[in-house]
This record gives sequence, C-alpha cells and structure tokens, in this order.
Amino acid sequence: MPAAYAAVTAEPIDAARLLGDSLSPDDGAALLFWGVVRNQNEGRAVSHLEYHAYAEMAERTMHRIGEEAIARFGVGDVRVVHRVGRLDVGEASVAIAVASPHRAEAYEASRYVIEELKRRVPVWKREGYVDGESEWVPGFSAAAESDGRPT
Amino acid sequence: MNVRSLFFAQYRDFASADEIDVELPDGASVADLVVRLRRGEGGLSRLPASPVVAVNMDYAPHSTALREGDEVAFIPPVAGG
Repeated sequence: MPAAYAAVTAEPIDAARLLGDSLSPDDGAALLFWGVVRNQNEGRAVSHLEYHAYAEMAERTMHRIGEEAIARFGVGDVRVVHRVGRLDVGEASVAIAVASPHRAEAYEASRYVIEELKRRVPVWKREGYVDGESEWVPGFSAAAESDGRPT
Repeated sequence: MNVRSLFFAQYRDFASADEIDVELPDGASVADLVVRLRRGEGGLSRLPASPVVAVNMDYAPHSTALREGDEVAFIPPVAGG
C-alpha cells in the first residue's frame, strides 16, 4: 500500500536516501523535487535564509498533503521533508520524492504537493541579505483554509 | 478555562514569546481569544483583527468554541518551500 511520510528536520536532506526509500517493486519511476536557497530575491542579494516551522503541525499537514496526492493521482509513496534553521545559498530547504508505476502521475503529484505545501504548511522564512539586514518573507495567507478546507 | 496560545514568525516578534497561557470564561471562542490578546498592552495589539488560527493543529474558523487545554496557534502568512 502506498504511504505518505513527512518530516521537519534541522539536518541536511539526503536526496538519494529519500528517493530510494520512496520506491517499491510496483514503481517504474521516482521523481525528486529539490527546492534550494537562491542568491537573490526581488533584486536583493540574499546571503542565507532562516526557516522556522510549527513543526508538529507542519509534519501533520505535509503528511495529509502526501496522502491526498496518493489518493488523487494513484501514485506510490510520497515523502516530504522540510528543513528548518539557517540555510546558505544552494542548500535544499524542501525535498519531495514521489514514486509511481508511471511517470505522468508522478509529475502531477509532485506539482500538487509543492503547491499545496506553499499554501498550507506552517513554515516561515527570514531572508538575510548580503548588506546585513534581514526580513520575514511575505507569505501566502492560509485564510482560505480557515473557513473550510480546499477540495 | 485555560488555553495555550502559540506564536510564530512576525506574530512571535509581536508577542515577544513563543506561547502565552490565557484564562478565558467557559464557552469562549477563538474570536474571544483574539479580542483578549489584541486588547493587551504589549505588541500583540499589532495582531491583525482576523488572523489565521489553528486549533489543536487544524486550521479553524474564529467561531470555533474553545475547550480547556486547547492549543491555539496564530499563523502568519506561510512561506514554506
């Protein structure tokens, strides 16, 4: 039975392990979404990001999103890991592995998981700039979910 | 009854604390808790009038009735990924 797995971690994410763990003999492919810190945002040079999470709820919500992806697209295991703490440019902040018997569903499920994660998972980031300042990155209001879950 | 209020990111900056225990009359709702927190002297007066909240880790409307020991998290706009 395909299963969802979700974790919030302060440790670097092991991509090969995440992909490997997602696979079962029923699968013919596995996709990895690898989200990394980039060196600029809206024209300002970024030196690092500091991620904060409501860890327990973030794990629950990512797990639920993974289960939704399995039910909706008929894929195999979905594994989602989000980093917290200080991350430098080039480090992975989020990784999503989707295993699947067929590739088309895997692409759809991977896209679904990252989009829903950005809308619903309680994670925040503070952007540190090369000039030494830092600011909370404006986010997405999860208000749509507060009065009824999206379908 | 006593409920735990949790604060994150910008809201944590307003509260100058990760969490605050609040004593509320029985039958109080999330809306009542928001009014109570915003009325305080400190930075929590800067909380929006209608912040997104999660009760016991599920997003919940402000009409939600609270119970003893509930965990009410104030969720600023999320920016994961």
